[in-house]
Amino acid sequence: MNITYLEAIREAQARALKQDPRVFIYGQDVGAFGGAFKATKNLAGEFPGRVLDSPISEDAMVGLAVGAAMEGMRPIVEMQFADFSTVGFNQIVNQAATLFWRTQVACPITVRLPFGGTSGAGPFHSQCIEAIYAHFPGLIVLAPATVEDAYSMLLEAVALDDPVIFCEHKFLYYHLKAEKLPEEALPVGRARIAREGRDLTIVTYSAMVHEALAAARELAQDGWEVEIVDLRSVKPMDTDTIMASVARTGKLLCVGEAWPWGGVTAEVISRVASEGYGLLDVPPQRLNAKDTPVPYHPNLWAAHRPTARSIVAAARKLFRQ
Amino acid sequence: MLRTALESATGDLAAATHLGAYRHMLLARLLDDKFAALYRAGKIQGGVFLGRGQEALSASIGVSLQKNDIFAPLIRDAAGRLAFGETILEAIRTYMGSALGPMRGRDGNVHRGRPQDGYLPMISHLGAMISVVNGTLLARRFKKITGTVGVACIGEGATSTGSFHEALNQAAVEKLPLVLIVANNQYAYSTPTHRQFACEDLADKAPGYGVEAHRLKGNDLTDCLRGVGEAVKRARFDGGPQLVVADLLRLCGHGEHDDAGYVTQEHKDSALGRDCLKVAEKFMLEEGWVTGEQLEVLRSQMIHEIEEAVAQVQREPAPDPFAEEWQALSCGGLSDVRMD
Ligand SMILES: Cc1ncc(C[n+]2csc(CCOP(=O)(O)OP(=O)(O)O)c2C)c(N)n1
Ligand SMILES: [Mg+2]
Repeated sequence: MNITYLEAIREAQARALKQDPRVFIYGQDVGAFGGAFKATKNLAGEFPGRVLDSPISEDAMVGLAVGAAMEGMRPIVEMQFADFSTVGFNQIVNQAATLFWRTQVACPITVRLPFGGTSGAGPFHSQCIEAIYAHFPGLIVLAPATVEDAYSMLLEAVALDDPVIFCEHKFLYYHLKAEKLPEEALPVGRARIAREGRDLTIVTYSAMVHEALAAARELAQDGWEVEIVDLRSVKPMDTDTIMASVARTGKLLCVGEAWPWGGVTAEVISRVASEGYGLLDVPPQRLNAKDTPVPYHPNLWAAHRPTARSIVAAARKLFRQ
Repeated sequence: MLRTALESATGDLAAATHLGAYRHMLLARLLDDKFAALYRAGKIQGGVFLGRGQEALSASIGVSLQKNDIFAPLIRDAAGRLAFGETILEAIRTYMGSALGPMRGRDGNVHRGRPQDGYLPMISHLGAMISVVNGTLLARRFKKITGTVGVACIGEGATSTGSFHEALNQAAVEKLPLVLIVANNQYAYSTPTHRQFACEDLADKAPGYGVEAHRLKGNDLTDCLRGVGEAVKRARFDGGPQLVVADLLRLCGHGEHDDAGYVTQEHKDSALGRDCLKVAEKFMLEEGWVTGEQLEVLRSQMIHEIEEAVAQVQREPAPDPFAEEWQALSCGGLSDVRMD
């Protein structure tokens, strides 16, 4: 069997619907059509009445999910693109994120965000906005990089009692394949060592894990052994795994496809600088998208986001210090 | 050729307006066909969104507007954009990402415009342009510019956004000369209207906001010219905001990636499924305003014009990432994140 990242997301939702009658799916075109990306293909048929097409009303979509969660349901909301979730931002960050803290009533909703750049998608179908959600207390923010994690983390997201922002990368949807779905997985909140190495730690997540792996392969040809930490969970962030890796390598490069300002890479560097300063033998560095909207033209887009090539260049600069 | 026909129909205003609008409809249709072909050939990255079946409505909007008006078209408005003064070069350059286009390769496809000319560049977020049009109109009031109107276009699906309701109410409160045109093409991507709203008629929403409503047959050029013309005139002469609801059918996929298998046969066979271009041609032929031969000549001229323009744009430079400023602020000196 060859299963894609996208199919893993579909399978996780099928399993969640099957094993838990409280689960339902709500989003634009998710019903008979199976969703803009087909992440809910055939689910409306298999689970009648539990996969509902919503109007184009992101605010009301999230609000409805919060209300249903208060009544004990476990809604999965699909945003058609992560970029449109900002229209439902208020309900996510003010309603869902504060509910438990204010009332001791949990808010087990999962908001799926198809996110990240693909060629030609332009400024409004490419955004990486995990950091703005992570900024708000009360939300869990996940960003799986592998087929296995897409599956197991989505299942865990639905099972968790807190609101989860599930960032699934569109670039990985069709490209990434695995032999089979996992039976066991690291728990949410734990990072994964995607590659072991002694010379440099690259901390990254989601699609950038694969760019970093490609960069590591290239650097290995020159004898550099790069260790790659795949965060998996942006919030909570597994500081221990990061710190242990930096302790081994003494060098840190953080890579994110999101914008630099106040982002996940900034958070990683801040933690390592304050808690692990003595572990570093050179100043920590980060590589992000450029600080402009995501451009449409493939040439501009390729230069806007980090790639294996720019990661290699950033790593070489670190090695030269 | 058409001009000869026009001249022979001396004094016939209806003939002139129909033929004028039809030109934009046909050019838009042929341009859309070309974009679809380029997409299939892998020459356009990202999405291609067509206005097939909506040209009569869209062209009617463009021709009802004057140079100083505001126009915020959406994804299916190639015809209206042309009628409002966009050139096919601008459209092609944006789709092909040419550095010489209005968006310089930074934004693409239908996300184009020239705000300095009252031609607003849509963002993808549905409903978001309406209040922006309101803002331009309020500014004109501040600047004591009178007699201009602003048109915002949306699909029936976008009437479910909060932005639609907020902006319509806002326009009514400020009594702005907004004309909000809803193209009810029966589907929002795959979603049929009964999963989008439960009211009988979208135009019924207007009185709830204190806004005047207009209904029209969206695939009938005559009715579109009448209905849109009336609404624009009402707004222009202080009638306040106007809501226009046009019924029609999308005669293509949501985008060119979509085979639209969900569109029912019933819809295709209904009156809504009639192609506005054919309806207009038939009408003009029956009225004796044009001959079939003239239409053929016009079509081949336009195809030639489009082919030439595409050939030109294909030879134009792509944006150069090394020459890019990578600045999102107009005050470049205030950009504080420079990481390379
Ligand atoms: C706020 C927002 N949510 C979701 C989308 C994704 N989306 C793009 S077009 C579309 C359907 C639009 O339907 P409609 O308004 O009827 O216009 P049509 O495509 O039929 O012309 C959707 C859901 C979006 N662009 N903006
Ligand atoms: Mg529609």
